[in-house]
Amino acid sequence: MSPLNAYLLLSALLFSIGLAGVLTRRNAILVLIGIELMLNAANLNFIAFWRYGPNPAALTGIMFAIFSIAIAAAEAAVGLGIILAVYRHTKTTDLDQLNSMKG
Amino acid sequence: MTLFFLIAAALTIVGTAAAMSLRNPIHCILSLTLGLVGLAVLYLQLGAQFVGFTQVLVYVGAVAILAVFAIMMTRSAGSPQQPAFSRSWLSGSAVAVVVFAVLAWAISSALPSTKIVPPQPAVSVNQIGDALMHKFALPLEIIGLLLTAALIGAVIVAMPERRETP
Repeated sequence: MSPLNAYLLLSALLFSIGLAGVLTRRNAILVLIGIELMLNAANLNFIAFWRYGPNPAALTGIMFAIFSIAIAAAEAAVGLGIILAVYRHTKTTDLDQLNSMKG
Repeated sequence: MTLFFLIAAALTIVGTAAAMSLRNPIHCILSLTLGLVGLAVLYLQLGAQFVGFTQVLVYVGAVAILAVFAIMMTRSAGSPQQPAFSRSWLSGSAVAVVVFAVLAWAISSALPSTKIVPPQPAVSVNQIGDALMHKFALPLEIIGLLLTAALIGAVIVAMPERRETP
C-alpha cells in the first residue's frame, strides 16, 4: 500500500467515526464534536494530497487546510452558542427530547 | 508506511473512537484531545509544520476548552441514568460502516498503488506568510470578516435575551 493510500484510508476511517458519532450520540455537544472530526478528516486529505501531489510548491493544500481550520473554529463557536441558547429554553441538550422547533 | 505513522494513526483512531463512544461527555472531550494531538503529529510527519501547530492551537487549545465549558454550563456531565446513545443507534452505525466500506473500496480501487514517494517539500512559515499576503490576500480578508461575524453572532446568540415589557 502506498503512503497516500494509507493516509486516505485513515482519513476515511476518521470520517466514519465522526459520522457514527453524529448519527448515534444523544448529547448535542458531542454531535458537534463529531462534525468537527469529519472536517478534520477532510483536512487530513488536503494535507496528504498536497504532500504526495505533483506540485507541492504551490502551497494550495496547506492554504485550504488553514482556511478550513478557521471555518471550523467559527462553526464550533456559533454551534456551541446555539446549543447554550437551546439549553436555556428547554433545559436539555438531549437530541431525542429536542423534537419541537417552537421554543 | 513507517512505525511512526502507525503509532500516530493508532493514537488518532483510538482517541477519536473513544471520544465518540464513552459515556461521560468530559471523558469524551479528553480523549478527543488525544486524538487531535495524534492528528497534529500526522500533519507534522507530512511536512506541514504550520498546519500541525495550528491544529494544536485551535483544536486542542480552543475548541476542546470551549466544548468543556459548554458541557459544564449545560450540566450534561452528571446524567448517568440516561442512555448515551440515541434510539436509532443501530441504523446510525450501520450507515457509518457502509460509508467507510464505500470509501475504502473507492480508495483501494481508484489509485494506482505506486511506491514512488516524492521528496519531502520544505515549506517555511515565511513562504506561507508570503502566500497569504500576496496570492491568498482576498481569502484571508474574507476569513477575517467571517471570523468577526461569527464572534459577534456567537455572543449575541448565547446572550440571555431580555423580554421587553411595554
